[in-house]
Amino acid sequence: MKYVDEYRTGKIAGRLAEEIRRISARIGDPPLKLMEVCGGHTHTIFKYGIEDLLPPNIQMIHGPGCPVCVIPLGRVDDALAIAKREGVIFTTFGDMMRVPGSKTSLLQAKAEGADVRMVYSPLDALKLAKRNPDREVVFLALGFETTAPSTALTVMAAAKEGVGNFSVFCNHIMIVPALKALLDSPDLKLEGFVGPGHVSAVIGARVYEFVPREYGKPLVVSGFEPLDVLQSVAMIVKQIAEGRAEVENQYTRFVSRDGNANALAAICEVFEARDYFEWRGLGSIAHSGLKLRKDYSRFDAELRFAVPGLRIADPKACQCGEILKGVKKPWECKVFGAACAPETPIGSCMVSSEGACAAYYNFGRLSKLAERSAVAKP
Amino acid sequence: MEFTTSPLFERVERARRRKPRVKDEFITLAHGAGGKAMHELVEGLFLDYFRNPLLETLEDQAVFEIAGDGRAPRLAFTTDSYVVTPLFFPGGDIGRLAVCGTVNDLAMSGARPLYLSAGFIIEEGFPVADLKRVLQSMRDAAEEAGVQIVTGDTKVVQRGGADKLFINTAGIGLIEHGARFSAAKVRAGDRVILSGSMGDHGATIMIARGELELETDIRSDVAPLWSLVEAMLETPAGIHAMRDPTRGGVATTLNEIALASEVCLRIDEQALPVRDEVKGACEILGLDPLYLSNEGELVVVVAAEVADQLLAQMRQHPLGRDARVIGEAQAEPPGIVVLKTAFGGTRIVDMLVGELAPRIC
Repeated sequence: MKYVDEYRTGKIAGRLAEEIRRISARIGDPPLKLMEVCGGHTHTIFKYGIEDLLPPNIQMIHGPGCPVCVIPLGRVDDALAIAKREGVIFTTFGDMMRVPGSKTSLLQAKAEGADVRMVYSPLDALKLAKRNPDREVVFLALGFETTAPSTALTVMAAAKEGVGNFSVFCNHIMIVPALKALLDSPDLKLEGFVGPGHVSAVIGARVYEFVPREYGKPLVVSGFEPLDVLQSVAMIVKQIAEGRAEVENQYTRFVSRDGNANALAAICEVFEARDYFEWRGLGSIAHSGLKLRKDYSRFDAELRFAVPGLRIADPKACQCGEILKGVKKPWECKVFGAACAPETPIGSCMVSSEGACAAYYNFGRLSKLAERSAVAKP
Repeated sequence: MEFTTSPLFERVERARRRKPRVKDEFITLAHGAGGKAMHELVEGLFLDYFRNPLLETLEDQAVFEIAGDGRAPRLAFTTDSYVVTPLFFPGGDIGRLAVCGTVNDLAMSGARPLYLSAGFIIEEGFPVADLKRVLQSMRDAAEEAGVQIVTGDTKVVQRGGADKLFINTAGIGLIEHGARFSAAKVRAGDRVILSGSMGDHGATIMIARGELELETDIRSDVAPLWSLVEAMLETPAGIHAMRDPTRGGVATTLNEIALASEVCLRIDEQALPVRDEVKGACEILGLDPLYLSNEGELVVVVAAEVADQLLAQMRQHPLGRDARVIGEAQAEPPGIVVLKTAFGGTRIVDMLVGELAPRIC
């Protein structure tokens, strides 16, 4: 298929892998730890077996850029409290339906009678509101700056059309404060970043310049096809080998230096930064979440409905926090694969296909199994 | 990274083989999606209540003898309910699906489908003109499949008691040869053959709902497979397992076979036939064609030495024109489906989790 197959050819992958091997051999030990920030990259890495192609002295650390994964338990409970209210039609994206709160998930709430519906776009939720004027339609908005513009445009449309029964439960987050929090985290040593792709189409590549400037680490904005990721790794390794630390843009077919002005304007029109927002695993990060501005606060579901707003600790057995920070690998979690599996997730990293645990469970267990077989038949 | 954690993988595989239990308090749509949750419901609940040797095999049909003396011909018996929405879609409708689905479940045991029953649950207010269209299409499909609809039932429920029209069919077929197929009979070295391109039905239904505002030329593949199976049965020796990959798609069917036979099925991504339109829809929606349902395809696992001959026979039939070998069975690692990606890596293909899209059949 055109525009897809070109980025998935094994032949070029082999050449890139060879180049990475050659350059990284010059760097030698200890292994380079590179973080792919986006869940989309994590998914690609596991789905295409990219780790198989990397030399042993390059380790990929899976970052926190999976919006479903970083939603804290308390926010899921808040969503459930709104969804269970009489007269509410609660809408959100597919993955979010399965994220467990402290007791149930939206999918279970739906089976118990709550009117929860999956939508593909916030505009679908607005359409529902117009078609059901006697119901309250709430859209659970989540995601980085990638999805925030579409939520903003929907709120603007609701304001323009005077749709009074529509509101947004806003969980939009921003990538730069999260990156800063990671870089300031004492338990994490990283040598470079495979930088966000789709987020950067909105916010541009320039915003990452603090990463080389203040922390001395290279960052390469990367696309999501397997060749994109492999080429980005090659670019980072090359920078390190040459003693450079810069922001480079591999994803030039979508990302510009300054981003998308229209999308940014929509975000600024509707949203402002919260003082603090809690991230699963990373804790409370200043100015990392978005909420509706005063002009649009009549569409804010948190103001329209009383939500518990409690901070709820993750289940003890769950180590999503360490996994989101890249401190632990999925298989190092005690419940991975047995109690916590995609059909019965305990933590959010096992829910979204972009979560490191789900990606690893679904696609990546093979190398370990092969090892087991090799051990079984010496 | 040093991997010294192989006990972990024992743990994962043990968990995958754990006796399924239904832990949920309420039925969710995932319980009907054909993936893991549905397996839990069937094996953890229905099987527990109805357990008997015929049901225990968990094949798509029960196969039994009337006389029980080992000489009488064997019969196959199956049932299926159809709740697809929309009722009419490119390439078929609920009526054609209701006949083909049951005919195909019989055919997968190698049985010649003979008789069907048809039960209709109709919502008050359903247009008679639409009912006529469905009945016409059932008559046509039955004729195509060589079966007769010989008994039936009708219920009308008040508005809201059902969604427009639900159909249940049951079928009886006759097995005229000695071969016994089972998902548990696959051996290392066997070849896996798929009869045609993947995902047409699942993609058609998702697009026909109009929620995605996509326009394509994809048509459902819904068709009665008996005539293809009949051609394959000219030389039944060497056929070990045969299934139609409906809900949960080819991935789920292959996992069922891998687990039942405790073999590894190694599939080559480049050999998997997928139409460009289906591939495109999957790219947009973030779906994998391996999990999309099919209503006119079959997966057959066959001894290596007769694979070429069977493939040639299949290709002479219109429903098997695009048949191809998509992979083979190996001994290790048991119970796992492995995909060799076109990119050069390998990955696991597990069963469908959750619901991909409800009410596709």
